[in-house]
Amino acid sequence: MTRGMTQWRLWMRQCAAILRLELKKNFFSRRAWWIYLLAFAPVLLTGGHSLDSMRKGRWGCSIGEDVMIYAGIFQFFYLRLGIYFGCVGIFTNLFRGDLLEKTLHYYLLAPVRREVLLASKYVAGLLASVVMFTTSAALAFLLVGYHFGSAWQDFLFRGPGLGYLGWYALTAALACVGYGAVFLILGMIFNNPMIPAAVVMVWEAMNWLLPSALKKVSVIFYLKSLCPTEVPVDEGPWALLAVVTEPTPAWLAVPGLLVVAALILVWAALRARKLEITYSE
Amino acid sequence: MNDRIRFDNVSRFYGDVLGVNRVHLSIPPGVTSLVGPNGSGKTTLMNLMTGLIRPTRGEVSVLGVPPDRPQELFRFVGYCTQFDAFPKGLTGYQFLYSYLRLHDHGHAEADRLAWEALDRVSMREAAHRRVAAYSKGMRQRIKLAQAIAHLPRVLVLDEPLNGLDPMARAETIALFQEWGRQGLYVIVSSHILHEVDRISDQVVLLSHGYVVAEGQIHDVRSEVKEQPLTVMVRCGEPSLLASRLFRENYVVEARVLEDGGLLIRTRDAEGFYLLLNRVVVEDGLELESVAPADEDVGSVYQYLIGGAGGAA
Repeated sequence: MTRGMTQWRLWMRQCAAILRLELKKNFFSRRAWWIYLLAFAPVLLTGGHSLDSMRKGRWGCSIGEDVMIYAGIFQFFYLRLGIYFGCVGIFTNLFRGDLLEKTLHYYLLAPVRREVLLASKYVAGLLASVVMFTTSAALAFLLVGYHFGSAWQDFLFRGPGLGYLGWYALTAALACVGYGAVFLILGMIFNNPMIPAAVVMVWEAMNWLLPSALKKVSVIFYLKSLCPTEVPVDEGPWALLAVVTEPTPAWLAVPGLLVVAALILVWAALRARKLEITYSE
Repeated sequence: MNDRIRFDNVSRFYGDVLGVNRVHLSIPPGVTSLVGPNGSGKTTLMNLMTGLIRPTRGEVSVLGVPPDRPQELFRFVGYCTQFDAFPKGLTGYQFLYSYLRLHDHGHAEADRLAWEALDRVSMREAAHRRVAAYSKGMRQRIKLAQAIAHLPRVLVLDEPLNGLDPMARAETIALFQEWGRQGLYVIVSSHILHEVDRISDQVVLLSHGYVVAEGQIHDVRSEVKEQPLTVMVRCGEPSLLASRLFRENYVVEARVLEDGGLLIRTRDAEGFYLLLNRVVVEDGLELESVAPADEDVGSVYQYLIGGAGGAA
């Protein structure tokens, strides 16, 4: 076996050891409860909508309208708030949480490359967030039209429904990849990452107002172009301010987002190498 | 030479605050104690040695390995820090087992080493209790177990006796001495000087971020020439001996103690011992013991740094 191969296997084993500890924290710590709440809020909304429709027998709306409602919830609540703040909660705490609890030295005193530690923590955060948010996105989508009964099943299995579900799940997963990388580095740079997180949120929220070139410097721009249903925002008085830009095709958006996330992670790895234990800060 | 822990003109500042300044050290195997009051730079030196912080200036190497390569360093270095926080939800056993898995030990090996370490610090009984429920002494012992679990050659122990009961202190001190005899590098920080005396092969005295003296305690004491050496002599006729010694110039003070001992202070140790031999032979005195009374870290520290240090 070559030296490179041996090294790689060692890193994988160390990564597995770190994942065992980190996944437990991400899924079962006390601070995870509000992330679950954020993650599964759309399930409550669409489930509630379905139950209400079934109870009152309101069949006035159509599957198309409910799919549009889901698209609105997904793009304006889930992507911009739910997944966004969920990722803030998970990823900023990967290092900052350990620093606040004064436990980061547990890892730093082990013969583990800092880059391996960073990658392992990121993967742990990614696994937790992807499981939570894609599960919720899929469940919420399945529930939004549940009250249509067999028509909904036809839409899912004979129509474009499953394809939509797949794109929403992929978009949620990619949101975790992109926002995860951003909040991981923010958690390493800032003592209080909530302030920069709020700045990033404003930037993402005003994306539709930005000129074309600046639109592309955001995660939401790429994620929006992956959503199967477009929700028009250029209505009302604000429509005058909106800048219409050609959406990025999926074949470019997906690798584009992955490349941006990878670049941020490389930056984070360089910072991790020089990371010092300064618990008193 | 890669058989030393080296600090080469190392300085570390925390913003405007001095951590340590211009430290040159070459630490051999055995038990080395870092001695100084709070804020003197002991923990900073230990954190520099283990890569938890970086020097502002200068270079550190541990047996030839720079501390910014943790993947190599912690194969042979164990560090018992002063940080009293532990990953949440772990039992004592899990705390050690998980740490050993990070060292790439397989399940069976990690399990064996974890139990060995637990036995060495007498924590087997409490192994399956959560660390959060441990007493301070137990937390200290589990940290020690973590530092030694992977059988390192270099042990860095920051105030390792804090919180231990007298029995555990004695056992731990015996462990340090054993490791020192085995040729391990045991770096211990403490501000309890009489304990340091018992365990140290060499000391590094620190004050306000500077190394004030280093070496074997006897050699450090000999360097403090402005302070008379104090010697305790026990013999049948201390008063007679005192009067005989006073006739010569070597002795600046002689005091007969209540327990019959004679405490001598001299500025010329060599001349004093020659004189003592002569007097004993000439007057036929029977000596029970002769021993330096201030060749200990406490006295040396007091001479070099004074009371300002606050060392106990």
